[in-house]
Formats: sequence, C-alpha cells, structure tokens
Amino acid sequence: MAESRFPSPFEVEAPDGIEGWEELYPYSVVFSEERRSYEDDRFWFWDSMHWGSAMTPWDSTFLEMAIASLSQFNSRHYRIPPADGIDFRVLYGYPYFSPVTIEDGSRIESRVPDFVERAGHYFANWDQLYDNWLGKIRATIDEITAINLTPLPEMEDLEVITSGLGTGTGHHLQVEYRRFKDLCLQVWQYHFEFLNLGYAAYLDFFGFCKQAWPSIPDLGIAKMVAGVEVDLFRPNEELKVLARKAIDGGLARVFDTPNDVAAIRAAVAETDFEAHWNDVSDPWFNFSSGTGFYHYDKTWCDYPEIPYAFIKDYIAKIEAGEDITRPIDAIRAERDRVVEEYGDLLQTDEDRQAFQEKLGLARVVFPYVENHNFYIEHWTMSVIWRKLRELGQMLLKEDITTAEDDVFYFRRDEIDEVLWDIYSGWAVNAPTRGPGYWPPRIARRREIVDRFRAWQPPKALGEPPDVVTEPFTIMLWGITSDSVQGWLGAEEGADELTGMAASPGIVEGPARLVFNPEDIGDIADGEILVSPITAPSWAPVFPKIQACVTDIGGMMSHAAIVCREYGIPAVTGTGFGTREIKTGDLIRVDGSAGTVTKLE
Amino acid sequence: MCQACPIIDWAELLPAVQSFTARRVTDTMADFIVWFDRYEQAHKPLVGGKNASLGEMMVAELPVPPGFAVTVDAYQLIWADRALVSDVNDLLVSIDHDDARANRHTSEQIRARIEQAPVPEPVVGDVADAYRLLAEHCEIEDVPVAVRSSATAEDLPDASFAGQQDSFLWIRGLDDVIDNLRRCWSSLFTDRAIAYRHGMGYLHTSIAMSVGVQKMVDPVASGVAFTLNPSNGDRSQVAIDASWGLGEAVVSGEVTPDNFLVDKVIHEIVERNLSDKHIEYRLTDGGSIDKVEVEADRREIACVTDDELKAIAVLARRAEKHYGCPQDVEWAIDRHLPAGDNVLMLQSRPETVWSRKPIQPVANTAAGGVSSIVSTLLSPVHKKPSAESQPRDNT
Repeated sequence: MAESRFPSPFEVEAPDGIEGWEELYPYSVVFSEERRSYEDDRFWFWDSMHWGSAMTPWDSTFLEMAIASLSQFNSRHYRIPPADGIDFRVLYGYPYFSPVTIEDGSRIESRVPDFVERAGHYFANWDQLYDNWLGKIRATIDEITAINLTPLPEMEDLEVITSGLGTGTGHHLQVEYRRFKDLCLQVWQYHFEFLNLGYAAYLDFFGFCKQAWPSIPDLGIAKMVAGVEVDLFRPNEELKVLARKAIDGGLARVFDTPNDVAAIRAAVAETDFEAHWNDVSDPWFNFSSGTGFYHYDKTWCDYPEIPYAFIKDYIAKIEAGEDITRPIDAIRAERDRVVEEYGDLLQTDEDRQAFQEKLGLARVVFPYVENHNFYIEHWTMSVIWRKLRELGQMLLKEDITTAEDDVFYFRRDEIDEVLWDIYSGWAVNAPTRGPGYWPPRIARRREIVDRFRAWQPPKALGEPPDVVTEPFTIMLWGITSDSVQGWLGAEEGADELTGMAASPGIVEGPARLVFNPEDIGDIADGEILVSPITAPSWAPVFPKIQACVTDIGGMMSHAAIVCREYGIPAVTGTGFGTREIKTGDLIRVDGSAGTVTKLE
Repeated sequence: MCQACPIIDWAELLPAVQSFTARRVTDTMADFIVWFDRYEQAHKPLVGGKNASLGEMMVAELPVPPGFAVTVDAYQLIWADRALVSDVNDLLVSIDHDDARANRHTSEQIRARIEQAPVPEPVVGDVADAYRLLAEHCEIEDVPVAVRSSATAEDLPDASFAGQQDSFLWIRGLDDVIDNLRRCWSSLFTDRAIAYRHGMGYLHTSIAMSVGVQKMVDPVASGVAFTLNPSNGDRSQVAIDASWGLGEAVVSGEVTPDNFLVDKVIHEIVERNLSDKHIEYRLTDGGSIDKVEVEADRREIACVTDDELKAIAVLARRAEKHYGCPQDVEWAIDRHLPAGDNVLMLQSRPETVWSRKPIQPVANTAAGGVSSIVSTLLSPVHKKPSAESQPRDNT
C-alpha cells in the first residue's frame, strides 16, 4: 500500500551509535526543535545527485555555500518571480532540500519588473559577461593556489624586521585561512551568477516547444540545443589525442598496465605524448572522477592511472579500427535537421520568430550551463581540495591530527580555533592543547561518518507537495509531482522502474552497479551502467556500455547528454535503480519509454 | 426520350485524342500507357484523378506499389467503333430519368454492350507489353494486380461525380486484365453516374476513363495515418491506426485498431495503445478476400514493428511536405517485400478537420524576451491541474 507522506525529519529512525553527531555540522543546518513546526510542514528531498554519500564536516561546507548562493541569486539578485531559495538541512550526514516557492500572486507580480530589468541585463550582455566570468574564475583559482598554509617558521625572516612590517606569520596564517574560506564562498557565488538564468532561458524554450507541440518528446527539445562545442568535453577529447600519440610513438603496449604509473611516466619521458600531456593536463585534467563535492574525489592529474586506463581503452579501440572521434558533425547535422523540421511545422511568422529567438537564447546560455561544471566542480574544487590537503599536512606536522585527511573531519570554523591554538602555542612557545584534544574526537567522528555511510537515507521527508512548481527543482533534479508520487508508491522488489526517457532506444544486457568512481574500471564491454548519478569524467566509459540507468537526474543531466551523444539508451531519475538492481542482473532499458525492467 | 442528353458522334472527338497524344512526354514508348513512376503534371488529363494521385505520390518518392495507367486515349479509341457509338446512343436516348428501375436496366445494357466490344488492337498490344514488364519487374509470373477506374473530366471541377469508380482486386493474367479494363470503362455508365450527369446537365462525353493497373499488395497489416495528432491538432506528431490484414476491418469499424503517436521529426514513438484485434481480412490464394478470426497469440500484440511505425511516419510526413498541407494517408505492410522496404503507401489526401480550423498562435509569443520567460516561470511546464494529482490513501 502506498504511503501518503514521507517520514517526518523528527521521526526518521537514526543509524545506531551516532550520539553527538550534531557537532559535525553547523547548528544552523540541522533539524531542530526551535524550527520544528516550520520544518515538519515542509517537503524535503535528498539530493543524492550531488551528495550520494554522507558528508564529512569540512566537505559539508560546500553544500552550504552552494545552496545559499543558488538561493541568493533567485531571491536577492534576480528576484525570480515565483521562487525564493532552496532551504537545506543535513540529516545524519546527508543533505535534504526544500524549495521555497512564492504563492502570493501580488508578491510574485511585484517582483516581475525587477526580474525583467536584472535578468534582461544578463541576457542582453551574456557573452561579454561570460568572458568576464572566465577571467574572474581564473583569478580566483590563482588566488586560492597562492594561499599559504605552511607551518610557522622557527624565526621570522629578517625582512619582516627590516621592512617594518609589524605583523607576523602566525597572524598571516589565520588571515590566509579566512581568505581561503572567503574565496571558497566567492567561487560558489560565481557558480550561480549565470546558472539560474541559464536554466530559466532553457525552460522558456522548453515551454514554448511544449505549447507549440503538446506531444513533443523532451528528447526532441534537447536535441535542438545539442552539439555545442563545450569545454566540459575537452578532457575526454584530449585522452583520445593522447591515445593516438601513444600509438604513433610506439608506446601503445606501455598502457597495458595503466596502474604502473612510474613505468608509464618513464616510458613516455621526452616524447610527444609527454609534451602534449604537459600542455593540456593543467587545467584540463583537473577533472574529478566524482561530483567534485567530496575531498576524496580523485582528479586525473593526481591519479594518472585513471586517465591511463581510459587511454588504454582508446588505444584498443583505435587498434581495432574504430573511429573514436566525437561525431560532432553528425550531431550538428542532426540538430540542424531537427530544428528545421520542427520550425517548418510552425504556422505563423510570429511563432517562427519566437521559436528562433528562444532557441537562440537557449543556445547562448547552453555553453555556460555545461561549462561551469568544469570550471567550478572540477577545476576550482580540485585546487581547493589540494589546498586543504596542504593544510592537512600542516596539522599532521603540528601533531593536531594523526592522518592527512583528518582535516576534513573538522568543521570549517573549528579550523580557526585550531590555527589560533597553533599560533598561540608558537608565539608563547608553550604546549598546544590540540594534540591531546583532537585525535580522540576525530576518531569518533570518523566512526560516526562511517555509520552514516552504512545507512540508507530516505529519499524524501515530510509532506509531499500537490505540485512541484519550482523551476530549478524540475530542471536540475528532474523532480516533478509525478516522480515524488512515484517514490511514495514504489514498492521494494518491483520488477519495473520508471524514470525519464532521456535517450532513446531499447537494449537488454547485464547490469553493472557503480557507486564509486574507483569502480568504473570494472565496467566491461556491453554492460549496462547502473549508478546513483554519473560524472562528466566518466565519459570514456560510455563507448563501452550499452545503456545507462541513474537514480536521479533530468533530461539535461550529464548521463542524458552523454548518452544522446553516443546514441545509447538512458533512463535517468529512476529513484531506486541502485536499490532494485544488482550487478549481473539481466535488464531491459527502454530509453524511449523511460522504463527499466528486470528480466531475471 | 431524353432531350437533355444530346446525341453526339463520338468519332468527332478523335482530333482531341490526337492533341492529347501530341502532349505526351517523349520517353513514353507506348501510346496508351503512362507508368506511375514516369508521371508528370501534364499527364493528369490522360490518366484521371486517382492515377494522377498515385503518380504524384511516386514523384514525391513515396513507395507506391508499381503499376501503370491505361490512358483515356484508349477509352476514347473504343468509340471509333461506329456500331458501339450508335448502340450506346440509342440506349441513352431511350432512358426515362424518372424511372429508376428502367434506368438501372438500361445502364446494365449499356455496360454489357461496352464490355462485349472488342478492345482496339493497339490498346491490347500496349497493355500486354506493360503487364509483361510489370510481371518481370515484380519477378512474379502473371503478377496479381488491382485494376481500378480513374475518371477524368478536363473542364469540370470535380471528376469524382462519375459516381461508380470500380476496383477489381487480385486480377491475374493478361486476359483478365483486359476484361477488367473493359469493366472499368463501362463503370462510367452505371445508373447513378448517368443520373448524376443528367441531373447536373453534363455531357456524357465530358468525362472519360483511364484505368490503373497496379501490383496487388498482400498486407500483413494496414491502416491509416494522419500527419497531426487528431486529439489536439499537434502537427509534430503522426497518428497511426493499424490492424492485421487489409484495411477493410478498420474502415468498416469491425476492429478497434492499434493506435500510435509517432514524433514527426525525431521519430520517437510517443504513445502506444494496443487493442484486441479479433478479425482480419486476408487475400486467399484463390483471389478472394476472406474475413478470418485472428489467432489468439496475435490478437493483442502490436501488428506493426517500431521500425515500420517510424517508416510510416517518415512517409506520411514526406507526403505532407510534398502536398503542402496535413495529409490523411492509407498504408500497408506488404507480406512479400523485405523488411525495410515493406511499407507501401496506397493513397494520400488532405486532412480536413484540423486543417480548416483557424491558426492559433503559440501562447506567450506576443511577449518576447524576458517577459516571456516570466510567463514560463509562472506556469511551469510540468504543472498539472490538481484534479490530476493522485488520490491519497491514508490507510
């Protein structure tokens, strides 16, 4: 029997042995008695798309920064008429979101002139502002890279004295850390500077098409904005170039053992391959094999065995005579055909003009909507995680911690206190409390996070909405009134799952469940990838798989876009694919109907 | 005695026949034959409306079953037989238009007289050559054909007034083709056709008859397709009704067909409603059409494959583009053609319901740019009326 509502956040059965867990996260992001009546009244969904695993304390910083920034641009910058922000909480390590929509007609109405003026400015100057944005991102990355979080010196440099500086490195260390946190928030502000507007423009084109052609499949609309050359595809394209250079340089066999990084590095030294690698790896291989939201997400430059393994696959394909180039001309030809043919079906000049205008705007915003992901989630976040590992080294050296990655088990504000402890101990030249205080606490926190990870969070909390109207919730997370009802009605052990018909075609094959990026190497040719979500850096596995099924994600999610490029079926947003399907299950994926069926 | 039906010496029409011949395209070798795949606009007066439409479909690169038209010149030539003209004139003049039964009797006499008259030798020669070529083309000896009348009336607005336009199915061998050619000619003189021309004040000579000879299709399944969604007028969709066997079961309403909606542009099957198709009309080897029960295991499965649906949608759209307006097409899946080439178009005519409605501009288009985005944000595309939200079960 279908439930009528999801569990209240106050009634969810907690994982065992997590007493004291609240101190892992800021007081403002946990459900609490003070806001209980507000919180109990709302609908909350777990964003498993970006945070499929429990967050350590420092990692949860980016949940707060991202969603506060998203909200701020909706509510305070652009005055999106029907939507303020998205409220967010952390429950047992997992993020839950609740869209704040505006119901009052006169309030909505009063925001329209501001929205028109403000959004209008961005749409009218998009390309110039986007160029400017690229400059801001690069400058921010440079600034983060230059942040100095190294251990304090035995004695200040003489120049500190001779220049009459009057302040010391202990103070600077604290300034630098605070600056680092500020830059993290700054970059997440930039992340949403364009994104909400980009989605709005895309939604507008989408809405026009649905009105002109009520039965048009979502895929038809998505195809009209496909085939744009975006930076997000660049890392994968560079792997193909490298595979060819390896073959041309007689180095193909070196990649048969991609995990032997030292041997490969030695073999490619002073070759064209190495020269090209060095040319492109910064920035293009600052490419995370996860969503970029976890400190342990592995980037290609730090873990070259990941791109080496992809290069090995590409070498095999080239040697087998396969054409591995992205069929960009074919994608564009198909896009142009689709646009022309739908356009031909319109009957008035006004409609044709509106169609061209909206399509034009959707295409203008599309590169940003795709590329921001590389610049922020991949590149900048790689730099940020690297900087935090530097900090982790420093804490280890100061005996505050016992492992480099202990740093991620501190809340970001606790680090301020730790740095004060280090500074004052250094200044006084007396023992710090940290080495005795933190290690047992961090050990306990590790235990708690491990327990969170072994626990299955509910998909949603609270009262389901009659209708989901918040445009970004629909667009980005693929969450609609129907999908929420589907979660309520879903029974465990069902043989059929439904989701978004994201890329057409019907195939049958064995399932391969992949939860962690480290496991993508297990995927064999002809398998069907079943995962919570996919990251752009998984692109090289798409030529191997027959189809893709994800728990969450809409028509414009990464899996959907890439599957359409490769012409393989995809069903996204199934809700429970990874729960109901096991590796080795024979399944049928119908990417046209949006269904996944277990065959045995 | 009918004063309104002037008696005309048909032989006087012969110069007009000559002028038709002069207009003929040079690559047509036979005098009395126009192959559908060589059809040109100028042939229309020679081949009549129905044949012209098949020829036009071939021009549009729609896969019409192969065949040819026996031109109106062949029909005109039979009136070179003075005895035939005289006998038919006598019978026409004798008609009492107020007496329907007598009229029917006279019509039968006229038709019998026309069907007894020898077909002129040059016509027999051309038809024999063409039929032989068609059989060779199809690689079937004595290829089964449909023989259909296709009336033409150059100066009249609507050729279909000729009334009976007969179709004779599953005709095999030259002798039977010739016999049915005559039956088509004579169908211009059914009682209804005579009465209609009389009533409208049209000359009996104002209309002439071409005859189509077309390879018979033996359909696994057949049906109709509209190049729009008939439930909402959405022009991006092709709506397809399909049932087993010949189209008769659907047309007569004896079977609820499978119904599909296919996107015209990306060819996705957007909707699929299968139904219980309990009977079908099938051609028998003997050439008759039988109504038979559909075996249990075929009744509720789709009678067309996804690839066939896509092919039907592509062809229907091609017809729509060619004719410049929404179309209502008849199609069939041929049992003997290889998959990929087995979808055939039988007819295409303008859709009349939605095409006549005034054009509704797409909502919101008046407000361009950012204002339109506001409207989109205020009425999200996925928003559904609350009546549709699921009833709660609180147990």
